[in-house]
Amino acid sequence: MIRYIIRRILYAIPILLGVNIITFALFFLVNTPDDMARMQLGAKRVTPDAIERWKQERGYDKPLIYNDKESGIGRIVQTVFFDKSLRMFAFEFGRADDGRDIAREIRMRMGPSLAVAVPAFFVGLLIYLTLGLGFAFFRATYVDFWGVVACVVAMSISSMFYIIGGQYVIGKLWNLVPVSGFSGGFDAWRFVVLPAAIGVLGSFGASTRLYRTFFLEEIGRDYVRTARAKGLSEVAILFRHVLKNAMIPILTGVVVAIPFLFIGGLITESFFGIPGLGSYTIDAINSQDFAVVRSMVFIGSLLYVAGLLLTDISYTLVDPRVRLS
Amino acid sequence: MIYAIARLYRKRPGFPPGAGLRYTLRQMIAHSYRLVVLLSLLLIAGCGSPWNNPYPASDAKGNILYSAFAERPKHLDPVQSYSSNEITFTAQIYEPPLQYHYLKRPHTLIPCSAAEMPQARYYDAHDRPLPANAAVTAVAYTVYEIKIKRGVKYQPHPAFARNARGGYVYENLASRDLADKNTLADFREQGTRELNARDFEYQIKRLAHPRLHSPILGLMSDYIVGLKEYADALKKVNEGLAKAGNGEAWIDLRKYPLGGVEVVDDHTYRIKIKGAYPQFLYWLAMPFFAPVPAEVDRFHGEPGMAAKNLTLDWYPVGTGPYMLTENNPNRVMVLERNPNFHGESFPSDGEPADAASGLLADAGKPLPFIDKVVFTLEKESIPRWNKFLQGYYDASGIASDTFDQAVRMGGEGEAVVTDVMRKQGIRLTTSVAVSTFYMGFNMLDAVVGGNSERARKLRQAISVVVDYEEFLSIFQNGRGIPAQSPLAPGIFGFRDGKAGINAVVYDWGAGGPRRKPVEVAKKLLAEAGYPNGIDSRTGAPLVLYFDVTARGAEAKSMLEWYQKQFEKINIQLQLRPTDYNRFQDKIRKGNAQIFEWGWHADYPDPENFLFLLHGPQSKVASQGENAANYANPEFDRLFERMKNMQNSPERQAIIDHMLAILQADAPWLWGYHPKDYALYHAWYANVKPNKIAYNTLKYHRIDQALRNQMRNDWNQPLWWPLPLMGLLIAMAALPAVLTWRRRERGTARA
Repeated sequence: MIRYIIRRILYAIPILLGVNIITFALFFLVNTPDDMARMQLGAKRVTPDAIERWKQERGYDKPLIYNDKESGIGRIVQTVFFDKSLRMFAFEFGRADDGRDIAREIRMRMGPSLAVAVPAFFVGLLIYLTLGLGFAFFRATYVDFWGVVACVVAMSISSMFYIIGGQYVIGKLWNLVPVSGFSGGFDAWRFVVLPAAIGVLGSFGASTRLYRTFFLEEIGRDYVRTARAKGLSEVAILFRHVLKNAMIPILTGVVVAIPFLFIGGLITESFFGIPGLGSYTIDAINSQDFAVVRSMVFIGSLLYVAGLLLTDISYTLVDPRVRLS
Repeated sequence: MIYAIARLYRKRPGFPPGAGLRYTLRQMIAHSYRLVVLLSLLLIAGCGSPWNNPYPASDAKGNILYSAFAERPKHLDPVQSYSSNEITFTAQIYEPPLQYHYLKRPHTLIPCSAAEMPQARYYDAHDRPLPANAAVTAVAYTVYEIKIKRGVKYQPHPAFARNARGGYVYENLASRDLADKNTLADFREQGTRELNARDFEYQIKRLAHPRLHSPILGLMSDYIVGLKEYADALKKVNEGLAKAGNGEAWIDLRKYPLGGVEVVDDHTYRIKIKGAYPQFLYWLAMPFFAPVPAEVDRFHGEPGMAAKNLTLDWYPVGTGPYMLTENNPNRVMVLERNPNFHGESFPSDGEPADAASGLLADAGKPLPFIDKVVFTLEKESIPRWNKFLQGYYDASGIASDTFDQAVRMGGEGEAVVTDVMRKQGIRLTTSVAVSTFYMGFNMLDAVVGGNSERARKLRQAISVVVDYEEFLSIFQNGRGIPAQSPLAPGIFGFRDGKAGINAVVYDWGAGGPRRKPVEVAKKLLAEAGYPNGIDSRTGAPLVLYFDVTARGAEAKSMLEWYQKQFEKINIQLQLRPTDYNRFQDKIRKGNAQIFEWGWHADYPDPENFLFLLHGPQSKVASQGENAANYANPEFDRLFERMKNMQNSPERQAIIDHMLAILQADAPWLWGYHPKDYALYHAWYANVKPNKIAYNTLKYHRIDQALRNQMRNDWNQPLWWPLPLMGLLIAMAALPAVLTWRRRERGTARA
């Protein structure tokens, strides 16, 4: 397995390089270094000289990918791409355009993102799996029918509706929790409970239906009939056997999502004022801060690769027949 | 997971050994209610204030103002800060020499850190003094001598901290000294010192600093004697440092003299200006000219500080009523009372109506009234509005989607709050901003631009048909007034009533301006050579192009509205949607034909609006602010005369002439001046809208006892829906549970 993991890590390098190139190309297709300078320097009374100096100070005065004024390796090294993107492979994220240390910012913002995403993820998983099993157990009955109807309704509603409705009903009408905001320490629970609950509700329809489908496939199999014939209780059959056998498709979706808990929810964080990585990314895109955008995309792709690797490893844990080679 | 929890539960003392899963689960549920009740009581006790209060309960005792910000301020260094969301903070911290009187209108300059209003002394080209009433053309130099207040001290700051030997505690720091320092609060030692005239000189020098990119360097280089040369010299110094591999080293500006600024003594300095520039006094009311001590600049210039973002751009240092004690633009920014503030009193005079509205009740009382101002990051308008209604923000603007909820039109057409708002004690203030939003024609364009009669009449025809009264009614909830010229109300030169109307577009009737009928526009269009929208030269329909950055559903209806306005005279308006970057690029290169833009005045002087149409400041030719690239020699000549004059009937006459030229040439559709609506809770006092001054927080007052009481009344938790929802879910699940149990107990079917 070690060799497999090493191989996958090596595979990740060209993937990350490709993601970097695509991010770089997309970003500079839409924004020029001049645009970035203007965004930072403001709209009023900005002189071309100030723009040139801003670019010079931050290394954006160099050619983007290929420097034909240099010779040898300098043609590649003396470019914006080398300066800004390739250094990330050494985890040197540098400074944002506003001067803040990106690595420190990411460390600070990871906590709030996790505070919302982790409870939403695990509570949601528990609820979706339980309901999925329940609907599968009551298949072809009114419970299953109305359950699926509820799932389809839930899927059809925009996440924005859950957020705005949740804030209005729970925060404004019932006055149970703050409408938005964040606080460190123990008091954070008051700010986390609503976005986490809305996160659970927002994914309820799609996830429960998906898990129900997995369980329905399993529940008709021979080993389930055998277990029943042996006199096992339905709880034991569902949780001990069906759940375990449906794990492979569940893990495919679940484990790969775990690293993304760090990234946080883009819209949720914005609406609830959670100072997490999601809102950091959105702000960076809006302010054309390439340094932050590239860093967040790099981390996102790194986590995705890690998630896929973890998924493969988790297969071996739940199914002894799977061997990584 | 359930198994694991059940296994743990079975280990409790006294639990029957060998109990099954079902029994264990039942026991867990039976006992868990105690835990839930206990936790709930703990949480309620822990709150001590409404459950939905987003602030710590201990804040209830504080004299705190709660506000919100939607976007992180980019710059807090007074040499760079220019946007309104930045000056909201810097204006409370920094004290430039002058400020605007809080209550008087028209806006009146008064001393701030200056001891008295500076008097201009004029000199000719041979440095001979001229009388105060000297002709502007005779004035070669103007010298402003500024005497500053004595005994003014800076806020506590580590840069001022001194050791027993009299040296600075934080000087020549090694990288290990900064290892545990991530914010300014990590520096334990703090100090202060008295404000000195050299601090003002130092800040003016900072305008020319090559690494600070002050937005007003270009403008000020045209006025302050020697500033341009100073900037060039510093640029060379900076390049020298960069070549030596020391590009981030601190430059001690004290070593490099600036000819246009002279420090007379510790409390007096002089600024020498080229020619006469009376608007310079307005600049002295902006943070660009606030004092910055050299030792603070040196402190933040220590090696390693910038890498940790310990910069003056992040941690402003001033003598003002407030200091920034928490700068976490990810979540919250906090201003607290500066313990070293020199003191100031609430004004005792203002407009006649101010006494009647209670604005003079605090006359003579020491400022500031509020101890702390908490700005919370609130990016979205909906939660911000909800929190305002709950009393967690003390004031709010009004978004278009909440306008009907907040405002209705009174019997005489005036805006008043709705009954719901009135019952909450919320009051509304309205004020016309010193801003203008306009639709510009690119005067370099072959069709709509130029000074030919054909193009002028085409622009006039369009000016008549685009009905901004309707625009304001549909898209702005009536929040604005149609503009007759670039000048906003409240600015010298603006004329109200019949004398001020744009005669090309309006007639005077029924006590107000009446837009001319479409027939007039059609006639103008025909005279321009486009009868019924057809080019008489080519026979082709007239198609114009409108570069827009607006997107989304609301923007779509707005853009369709524009197209319909042009259709009134059979002009096809093609939309060219673009992002803001490309839009700016097109404007810079003169590639747009028709565009929309706006301007918010820096200071209340007609020059600050009319320069937007001054030929030499054309965007394409000189990267100036004249986005329409309008150039009319007569207008430019009058502008040069008018810009440096004192307000007088002669200046008014010149402005009248200039506006008449503009209205006839119609390089812009004059658009509208927006009207700002703001809502305030009953506990928020001493608010008078001021669209020019930003250092107004010191005048505001909060009645925290009333706020606490009303917040508690409005935010009583409604908890019963939760058990009700639980009950409903339980009832819905009951048949399923019964079916489950029946199946569990049933016998196997054949």
